[in-house]
Amino acid sequence: MSNLDFSILLPEIVLAIYAMVALLAGVFTGKDRAAPMLVWVTAAVLVALAAWIGFGGADARGAFGGMFMDDAFARFAKVAILISAAAVLVMSENYMARHDLLRFEYPVLVALATVGMMVMVSAGDLMVLYMGLELQSLALYVVASLRRDSARSTEAGLKYFVLGALSSGMLLYGATLVYGFAGTTRFEGIISVATEGDISLGLLFGLVFMITGLAFKVSAVPFHMWTPDVYEGAPTPVAAFFATAPKMAAMALFARVMHDAFGNVIGDWGQVVAVLSVASLLLGAIAAVGQRNIKRLMAYSSIAHMGFALMGLAAGTAAGVQAMLIYMAIYVTMNIGTFAFILTMERDGQPVTDIRALNQYAKSEPIRAAAVLVLMFSLAGVPPLVGFFGKFAVFYAAWEADLTLLVVAAAISSAIGLFYYLRIVFYMYFGEETVALDRASSPVAGVFVILAAFLMVAGVVNLFGIEPLAGAAAEALVR
Amino acid sequence: MDNLLSLITFLPLVAALVMAVLLRGDDEAAQRNAKWLALFTTLATFALSLIVLFGFDPADTGFQFVEEGEWLLGLSYRMGVDGISILFVMLTTFLMPLVIWSAWNVTHRVREYMIAFLLLETLMLGVFMALDLVLFYLFFEAGLIPMFLIIGIWGGANRVYAAFKFFLYTFFGSILMLVAMVAMYVDAGTTNIITLFTHEFSTAGFTVLGVHIVGGLQTLAFLAFFVAFAVKMPMWPVHTWLPDAHVQAPTAGSVVLAAILLKMGGYGFLRFSMPMFPVAFDMFTPLVLWMSAIAIVYTSLVALAQSDMKKLIAYSSVAHMGYVTAGIFAANQQGLDGAIFQMISHGFISGALFLIVGVIYDRMHTREIDAYGGLVNRMPAYALIFMLFTMANVGLPGTSGFIGEFLVLLGVFQVNTWVALVATSGVILSAAYALWLYRRVVLGQLLRESLRSISDMSLRERAIFAPLVVMTLLLGIYPVLVTDIIGPSVEALIQNYQDALPGTPGLAQMIND
Repeated sequence: MSNLDFSILLPEIVLAIYAMVALLAGVFTGKDRAAPMLVWVTAAVLVALAAWIGFGGADARGAFGGMFMDDAFARFAKVAILISAAAVLVMSENYMARHDLLRFEYPVLVALATVGMMVMVSAGDLMVLYMGLELQSLALYVVASLRRDSARSTEAGLKYFVLGALSSGMLLYGATLVYGFAGTTRFEGIISVATEGDISLGLLFGLVFMITGLAFKVSAVPFHMWTPDVYEGAPTPVAAFFATAPKMAAMALFARVMHDAFGNVIGDWGQVVAVLSVASLLLGAIAAVGQRNIKRLMAYSSIAHMGFALMGLAAGTAAGVQAMLIYMAIYVTMNIGTFAFILTMERDGQPVTDIRALNQYAKSEPIRAAAVLVLMFSLAGVPPLVGFFGKFAVFYAAWEADLTLLVVAAAISSAIGLFYYLRIVFYMYFGEETVALDRASSPVAGVFVILAAFLMVAGVVNLFGIEPLAGAAAEALVR
Repeated sequence: MDNLLSLITFLPLVAALVMAVLLRGDDEAAQRNAKWLALFTTLATFALSLIVLFGFDPADTGFQFVEEGEWLLGLSYRMGVDGISILFVMLTTFLMPLVIWSAWNVTHRVREYMIAFLLLETLMLGVFMALDLVLFYLFFEAGLIPMFLIIGIWGGANRVYAAFKFFLYTFFGSILMLVAMVAMYVDAGTTNIITLFTHEFSTAGFTVLGVHIVGGLQTLAFLAFFVAFAVKMPMWPVHTWLPDAHVQAPTAGSVVLAAILLKMGGYGFLRFSMPMFPVAFDMFTPLVLWMSAIAIVYTSLVALAQSDMKKLIAYSSVAHMGYVTAGIFAANQQGLDGAIFQMISHGFISGALFLIVGVIYDRMHTREIDAYGGLVNRMPAYALIFMLFTMANVGLPGTSGFIGEFLVLLGVFQVNTWVALVATSGVILSAAYALWLYRRVVLGQLLRESLRSISDMSLRERAIFAPLVVMTLLLGIYPVLVTDIIGPSVEALIQNYQDALPGTPGLAQMIND
């Protein structure tokens, strides 16, 4: 343990200390008066950290003997996590304030969850992994039931807590088995024990349990049941947060564990991940068809998108991880835009989630409707929007890894999934005249919708250069 | 100019952006500005494309005006035209000003309407110029978005059903093509279409889910592309989206759909299926020839039974596309020349026919054939133009319709006499439904009270038809204009196709593998 070790952890330490200070500030200034300011300051801190990490060193470093890894992969994931967390904070401030939800704990909890996520993606050890995961999860459980007086929200929080605890338990159980049979909790130790054709049954059991726990966190089928309920019950900004940063973190952690600890037995977990992927793809596409509640719809949509991202992981190659990272970055951007839009869906000051309320939205808000149209087609993966390139990248990686049937299944499910995205466009543009939604009340959220849509269109030129960055990140992970 | 093709392709897009950002309001002046800007842009695009046409050297069978650049994910940005694609580019740029002009009377969300058409023009031109697989797919699929909106927002009473059917049908058709493209990319290591022409895709059979695939990768890739293009053409039996889309689409949308969008399927067969999967192409030739023959006879019979004018013309389009597929799969000089000629000529003729329906629809707001009759008494100029395009649709010698059908039948006859025999009966059937339509709408006594005050075509309407009349007659009398341009490229295409065939194992041997 040396100063150097701590200096590698500095961003996490800074954020943790900031969260404590913010907590104290909130307590001392009295009831929630400081909350709006705290939201903006927290977002600024997150963005500053993202810039620091993004423009920081390029080489891979390990702290505390490899328990904590700081490499290109971790940096890519962290920047995505920090920026999306900041974006969700900023765009939800107005909504939270208007619905009397803006407690000062909210930004603090988001900051703490973000610390957890940053630790997760940097984990080089099962203990660190678990610590990060639990820090994140505990903060998220509380955030999910932020609306204390609503039965829906508390139910969502409770559901998320029970199922999350179960999944943490499974993960922990798997981790114990792995520790027991590998004799170490360090990833670099596990990888030397878990070798092709020579993996012990206990280690295999541990691996499967860990995959189960991780699949819960990324909400892959058949461990997805909590997602629609939590998205529906939790306040919309919280659902927006769930759909973005934690998904990115969980996916990155998944890739981290699989490649860093079990990189020599890709054949053993590749098939499992492929099955998770195809199940998520098909269920996400089919189950959303019947949904009228846009939050539930987005929950199923996110399940399907996790299926695509898992396809990249199932390939088990550097190209696969690169495709997965590109996919996740695009997915997060699309979801921020879409949820920013859902935040503005209100009638008489009350949030609306029925997609039929969007009837003829294009008439009253042509620009925002056009932006949502772009986002929907991008989510569906229709070219020339950026969502298509994410799909193309994972298709390519999966085909290269001979997962041909998986690619075909994904293609078919994306054609099915197209239907429900199209239906939102249908209501906005061809629907009947009904009582219109309120004129946009939250200018910041409106800006995010349009910004996300703009990114989806302009990214066709070169994806804003994330391709080489994701490539470097994948190279750092897959050796 | 090095970037001429990109300039042509993206000029309408730029105009659409300008319109979206700078034009405000929905009053009279804003609508007029939008219309004039759109018309001016499409005319400028046409003028630029003329530079390409005059600078094009037909003797050179390679790609000309080629542009290359790096893109993302290992893909490349490549544009170029050869003898096969240049005429489709010209067809598009030629028709778009007329399409815009024909929409002069639209009053509902004019600015958005014009933006949709300008976007569509960019995407259609991109399809015909792209020399990268994924770039092609991008333009091919993206065209669905504006067309979906055109049908859904400005369409008829049942527009939502038609818009969804159109989008889901074509998207589902082409999603497997994307998978095949990924497979080709992995197999050949490039998405450059020019390189892929010379790449030999494996024909070794393998087993998928217990089914032995004869011809292996080529067969599967061919089928994936075939489904996409067959839906787009559309070929029997996947044509059912077209009548719905046509009937519900506004006039300008129908014109673009029939005249240009359908040609993407035929172009795809020529650009991908034939040169890249020659063995599979050869294997499926009998099947496709018979499908074409069935399409010609069956959809002609269906057209006879229609009571809606647009539906009738839509079915006639499917029948005429049957000639195109038959000609392409005949895989000889006459067949291919005929197929391309038929596509170009059908672009003018079907476009004109939908405009003809649009003229009376604008006045009477119905497309029911029974609602009309005896129009010749009040609308002599209309009757004359309708007559001309009816004859062209039938394939009367002297019109461009004749050349295409005749060449195709000539080509098919050399390959499969029976298919040619069945297909020829389509000529008679097309005469039956087209002339009967004309008889019911235009000829006879003007009996209906509502038609007594109908006015003949305005100067604008006549002016729109003038270029179409000229082209139809010009190509009918002097077809060399087209065949001189496409001839060498088609010859090279067939040569490469023939060269690719003998060295490969025969069907019987492949089944034994």
